[in-house]
Amino acid sequence: MYGELRGYGFTVITVAIDKSAEDARPWIAAARPTHPSLIDTTHVLADLYNIVNVPTILWLDERGRIVRPNDVAFGTDTFKSITGLEAAKHLAALRAWVRGEATAIPAARVRALQALPTDVDQQARAEFGLGEWLFTRGRTEAATRHFVRAGELAPHDFTIRRGTMPMRGIDPMGPQFREMLGAWVKAGNPYYRPLAE
Amino acid sequence: MAERKFTIVDGGRAVEVDEREGVVLAKRAETAGRPVAVDLDEGVAYLGVTARERAAALASLEAPDFRLPDLDGRLHSLSEHRGKKVLLVAYGSW
Repeated sequence: MYGELRGYGFTVITVAIDKSAEDARPWIAAARPTHPSLIDTTHVLADLYNIVNVPTILWLDERGRIVRPNDVAFGTDTFKSITGLEAAKHLAALRAWVRGEATAIPAARVRALQALPTDVDQQARAEFGLGEWLFTRGRTEAATRHFVRAGELAPHDFTIRRGTMPMRGIDPMGPQFREMLGAWVKAGNPYYRPLAE
Repeated sequence: MAERKFTIVDGGRAVEVDEREGVVLAKRAETAGRPVAVDLDEGVAYLGVTARERAAALASLEAPDFRLPDLDGRLHSLSEHRGKKVLLVAYGSW
């Protein structure tokens, strides 16, 4: 997709929100990207863009304006049976926008679709930040306390609740994740929040 | 007896102060509306960014700039790509 569209003045920037570059390395090695493929161990991007789960995608125009706010899209249909989201739909829309065959979402609509962070969300991110700071200094137990606190403050934030599992010695694909997901969905909450278009 | 040290982490930078001063600084930041996470046992406070500031930046639709490393440790900024359309993808191995 990138190879096909790069001639139109387009780039992809991927950001792995992970506890270390080593966690992201196998993914990046497998994809062998020619576009910037970055690592974010301190949730800089999650904080700036209010990213509460992955994958999250945004479209930015030539002037650096957000023309599609936080949305859920996958590059393949690997998880289609779980997510109900078709990779082809986003790719077709992206292709049309990049090639200038379709306009992006108007600014007023982008604003209406944006989910902006609340005070509690930012308090949760501060707890995460403290946890991450302690974790990188080997204070694993103390870090866990703050990761757990962050997740309690922002139960919808899976960048915190699931993303910190590897730092808490928990398998992020394992039974504790499935239990958390089950409880969340059973309470009537969506795990993925694609844009309501 | 020398007073215990206390670390204030603000905007990714850590400053070491005496414990009493650190607790006062953290409290002051909290009073000013900053999100603050404190661990007294570990002697550290983390000062976050307010929802008001983050929300205003996003609502302006000006994509917040960032600078992050690639696997080789080379730093890249979003602003280097001004003039191009960008698909920004956040993912995780989890």
